[in-house]
Amino acid sequence: MTGPAVLQTHQLRYAYPGCAALAFPDVALAQGEVLLLSGPSGSGKSTWLALVAALVAPSAGSLTVAGQEIAALRGRAADAWRARNIGFLPQKLHLSAALTLRDNLALAYWAAGMPENPARIIQVLEALGVQSLAGRLPSQLSGGQAQRVALARAVLMAPPLILADEPTASLDDAAAADAIGLLLQAAKSQKASLVIATHDARVAQTLAALGVSAPVLLPLQASAAQTDEVPA
Amino acid sequence: MKTFTYAWRYLWARPMGALLNVLLLTLGLSSITFLLLVSHHMERAFDRDLAGIDVVVGAKGSPMQLILAGVLHLDVPPGNVNFAAVKALEKNPLVAQVIPISLGDNYQSYRIVGTTHAYVAHYQAPLAQGRLWDAPMQVVLGATVARKLGMAVGQSFAGSHGLGGTGHKHGDHDYQVVGILGATGSVLDRLILTDSASVWRVHEPAHMDQGEAKDDHDTDHDHHDDHDADKALPDDKREVTMALVRYTTPMAAVSFPRWVNTTTDMQAAAPALEVTRLLHMLGLGTDVLRAFAGMLLLTAGLSVFIALWSAVRERRGDLALLRMLGAPASRIAALLLTEALWLALLSSLCALVLGQLFVLGLGAMLGLESALLAAGMLWPSTLLLVPALAVLVSLGAALLPAWDAYRSDVLQLLQSRG
Repeated sequence: MTGPAVLQTHQLRYAYPGCAALAFPDVALAQGEVLLLSGPSGSGKSTWLALVAALVAPSAGSLTVAGQEIAALRGRAADAWRARNIGFLPQKLHLSAALTLRDNLALAYWAAGMPENPARIIQVLEALGVQSLAGRLPSQLSGGQAQRVALARAVLMAPPLILADEPTASLDDAAAADAIGLLLQAAKSQKASLVIATHDARVAQTLAALGVSAPVLLPLQASAAQTDEVPA
Repeated sequence: MKTFTYAWRYLWARPMGALLNVLLLTLGLSSITFLLLVSHHMERAFDRDLAGIDVVVGAKGSPMQLILAGVLHLDVPPGNVNFAAVKALEKNPLVAQVIPISLGDNYQSYRIVGTTHAYVAHYQAPLAQGRLWDAPMQVVLGATVARKLGMAVGQSFAGSHGLGGTGHKHGDHDYQVVGILGATGSVLDRLILTDSASVWRVHEPAHMDQGEAKDDHDTDHDHHDDHDADKALPDDKREVTMALVRYTTPMAAVSFPRWVNTTTDMQAAAPALEVTRLLHMLGLGTDVLRAFAGMLLLTAGLSVFIALWSAVRERRGDLALLRMLGAPASRIAALLLTEALWLALLSSLCALVLGQLFVLGLGAMLGLESALLAAGMLWPSTLLLVPALAVLVSLGAALLPAWDAYRSDVLQLLQSRG
């Protein structure tokens, strides 16, 4: 670890109603570090992301993000916390087709219940090289441009933690490498820690090629799973 | 409120759907606006024109016809009555005032009404120009008549026989305009008022010989050569069309009409009673219209529901993402409800304007302007029902979609792997 932990979990478990509990290995992620959340579909990646984003409360264990214990956060408090602390890059980008790119970013302020900061919007669009597209509608963008805008939205609030969900799905090799590079660059410029949930082997390869060391977290399905499998 | 801005943008992201919903809501709401306005206009017209007239005495026939002809000046009168008999009513202790009304002629479709100054005083009509008549063949124009015909004090004209616009001209009898009334909003606005004696002078010599003057539409009505004012007939040979009567006591309503109906060959009709009867008959019609408007609104509500429901389905991911961005579920639901509110607001505005235009159009088409429908727009407080209904229908239709949006599951967003 190179600094204070941005994300720390301990004996984190989550049980869907009527199902065996998922147990997750403990994680400690420092500022600026990258974590790969790996494993096939259904292995619990989504659940882990939902736990870290305070969308669901763990059945057991503790979960600290940016120094705050969030396992106890509920309802509006969780929503307000998420708005400021979690940047999210979804697999499907979900840019609102009705709104221009600038307004898609402004929508994040509305969602967070915060006053709009137009200067910050321009700043993040500029950082990702898409400021010239600010007045366009999502339908007028290429796939790569759209991903940059979605990434701009994820870093808009300068969150300490960015969660990227399958960022390379349906991209060719070159585009996938670009996407990872962009993601790393964005996280670095915001001094944010980054979690990439993926089952795409190219992500690890790209990270290795870039010389970025990223521990791999493999969620375990068995309820009796041991929780001492600390990522190397 | 940014919520209103975003709701607006989402609404118009699908312009055809939004337009269709505004249109459907507007159809239902404008029908209701129209009904509310027409009934308000009519009640106002009846209240205004019937005020202070307790009973109308005229020739036997349909009492409603008598009221429509003599008070509202919409229908032709059932016939004439003896002037002496009308004057005799004044002696009745139950009677406070008798205003004679003589109909028969028109000028450019505006009725020329022979009466007394009391008629003007009854409606408290102010003089805008000139003076009231002080001799036969002098007329005072109602405000609408003067405006529409562009006539001024000092001009003269010849009346036409009948109450429509097609009768022959009384070429030799020129009326002279001596005054113009200010607008009262009452029936006086579209009447040409003159002395009762004017009507006698124009009509009597032709009918006198036959002793028959009941038919106002006598088509082979002769022109008259001798119109000397001094050739006056005694009152019991003269006729008026009817008399507007005010009682000394409300109790008179019990006995006076019966007394007139049984002891004279005239009939007494109570305006309040006849108008209630009329409104009841119209009410049956408006009930059908109201039910129809209700159906339209229901259809509109369903359409709004379907539109918002499919909008939520379509934007499920977008809405879940908003949750991921930190929006509380209630803010997502509010966004949907605000879309519905926009629909309600837009359709209310359209419906109010359209409803008013319908009424103006109806007035112009049927020539009812200032008869049953007031010239210009009225904004009775009952019209508040229109936006209230709009909000009720749209929000009602939006409730389920909003609830669906409220429950939008972020986990599904995470799990929807392509």
